[in-house]
Amino acid sequence: MASVQIADVRKAYGSTQVIHGVDIDIDDGEFVILVGPSGCGKSTLLRMIAGLENISGGEIRIGPKVVNDVPPKERDIAMVFQNYALYPHMTVADNMAFSMKLRKAPKAEIEERVGKAAGILGLDKLLDRYPRQLSGGQRQRVAMGRAIVRDPQVFLFDEPLSNLDAKLRVQMRTEIKELHQRLKTTTVYVTHDQIEAMTMADKIVVMHDGIIEQMGAPLDLYDKPVNLFVAAFIGSPSMNLLKGRITSAGFETEGGVVWPIGERPANADGRPAVFGIRPEHIHLDPNGLEAEVVVIEPMGSETQVVVRCGGQNLTCVFRERITAKPGETIRITPDIKVTHLFDAETGKRL
Amino acid sequence: MAAAAADPRTVHSLQHNWLVRLFDYKPFLIFICLLPAAAFLLVFLSYPLGLGIWLAFTDTRIGRPGSFIGLENFVSLLEDRVFITSVWNTLLYTGLATFGKFALGLWLALLLNNHLPMKSLLRAIILIPWIVPTVLSAIAFWWIYDAQFSIISYVLVDVLGWRDTYIDFLGQPWPARFSLIAANIWRGIPFVAISLLAGLQTISPSLYEAAMLDGANAWQRFRHVTFPMLMPILAVVLTFSVLFTFTDFQLVYAITRGGPVNATHLMATLAFQRGIPGGQLGEGAAIAVAMIPFLIMATLFSYYGLSRRKWQQGEAND
Repeated sequence: MASVQIADVRKAYGSTQVIHGVDIDIDDGEFVILVGPSGCGKSTLLRMIAGLENISGGEIRIGPKVVNDVPPKERDIAMVFQNYALYPHMTVADNMAFSMKLRKAPKAEIEERVGKAAGILGLDKLLDRYPRQLSGGQRQRVAMGRAIVRDPQVFLFDEPLSNLDAKLRVQMRTEIKELHQRLKTTTVYVTHDQIEAMTMADKIVVMHDGIIEQMGAPLDLYDKPVNLFVAAFIGSPSMNLLKGRITSAGFETEGGVVWPIGERPANADGRPAVFGIRPEHIHLDPNGLEAEVVVIEPMGSETQVVVRCGGQNLTCVFRERITAKPGETIRITPDIKVTHLFDAETGKRL
Repeated sequence: MAAAAADPRTVHSLQHNWLVRLFDYKPFLIFICLLPAAAFLLVFLSYPLGLGIWLAFTDTRIGRPGSFIGLENFVSLLEDRVFITSVWNTLLYTGLATFGKFALGLWLALLLNNHLPMKSLLRAIILIPWIVPTVLSAIAFWWIYDAQFSIISYVLVDVLGWRDTYIDFLGQPWPARFSLIAANIWRGIPFVAISLLAGLQTISPSLYEAAMLDGANAWQRFRHVTFPMLMPILAVVLTFSVLFTFTDFQLVYAITRGGPVNATHLMATLAFQRGIPGGQLGEGAAIAVAMIPFLIMATLFSYYGLSRRKWQQGEAND
């Protein structure tokens, strides 16, 4: 196991720069998730850690060693690919044993390690099968088994769950997290799914257009997004963002509705800004703002309601069940302890 | 019919033309649809093949209908030194040429599979030897192998000074055989290279990346990923290539006509030589029929080589 340090790493294809100087410190045993929309450079960054892409600038260290010019096979890392990249002509056991066979490890050791990994992942009965004979979830496990057998310094995961159906994805999410708690191997995990990031990570790195927007613990990102991009990206359903300006009474939207807000920056009266409130932080309140119900989506444990307030649609999530019908009016109020304000121009948190 | 006439709808359905009903009858329809193709195969494949096999058991000559003589043609061929030489020539020709084509073709395919500038143009150029009519390229090779004007001799003797004398490519048995094999390899490489390239492109790049991370060097990646994944297509291409090479006629007939002194005859050229210019249709046919066991062997090889490997078939379909 080892720490990973990424210092001012850049990547350019010809004259097009896709990663503009990224710094990430990953501690030994930490589970770090790189998350962002497609094309943000997260997969490229992962492949640079793996050594599958050249590093155009900056430095990557695994443990104490700078690995910029170290070939992939000497970096002592294991990677789980999005399409699993299982060798189709090898059985599950051979797939897992391949790296050790190449190293000419003794047969007994190979068998022991493969057996152990298969045990951890529940693959004992599938060892003689070929990848084609496995289901998606089983293939996913074999791909992880191949990584575990190696006992590498770092695990790299490249969107490993995106080929699975929704239910299996939730199950595998738990399995991967449990696996990490058990093995405590440093892990870098790439996904575009912020729920995966929130649920699994010790540390989330939100990337966008080749830069890091914010890095931190999942709940820090949720509670204090530093800019509009992170605010909109983290959380599901995503945060309601309303344009308007800060006044002495609160926040006045373009539609003329005045929202109460908690802390406000000094000397901010009249300043154009964006007001953010998460759907789960809007509550029913008989003295609240009037809002017209547009759509009601009952989920059982909670009710998601889209309302129109001051000409803008807002999503609200209520714990209680709502009897109102579309077109009727309900009264809502934000939880002023957890409202967010962002600068209208820069998008930065105020 | 009286009842039917009373109800116009019944009339309509009952009085369907017999022809219409016939064409609605599925077995008949299948028979009719297959007929053109079957007739074509019968006239142009089965009949010549059958006639050839029949001729092999007769003493037919051009202009004289022969009579059945049993295995006499084959018995006399067994003692015919030219025929025995042609069998060995054919085996040598097929063996060496196939090996050469596959070694070079695979190498070329691996090169072309890399990211190269102007990749499509290069691939098109590779195909040229295959597109050129065989006789045309044979004439070019005839010229290249000419005793006096050979460009190879010219380069070796006059330019590089490595030799003192011009090489007599086609005048001696062994140089002639190797010259023909070289020409056949040149012609056969594109087919192998392009087919294998198609196979290589179906291999997911992430398999190579996974193997790289697993610690495989370039040779191990070829040995453990490329080669096994290429095996199915390799078997197909190998079979075709063996069949084409074994039955090759044009190249040899155009360059050496079996000479010098029958030393480069293949079974196909000898069969033609004996049957048409020589007029011994029965004997020529017997030589051609003697190729059949070899071809069946190659086909059986393909049958087992082509049979899907266990890892290719699965219970899960996706």
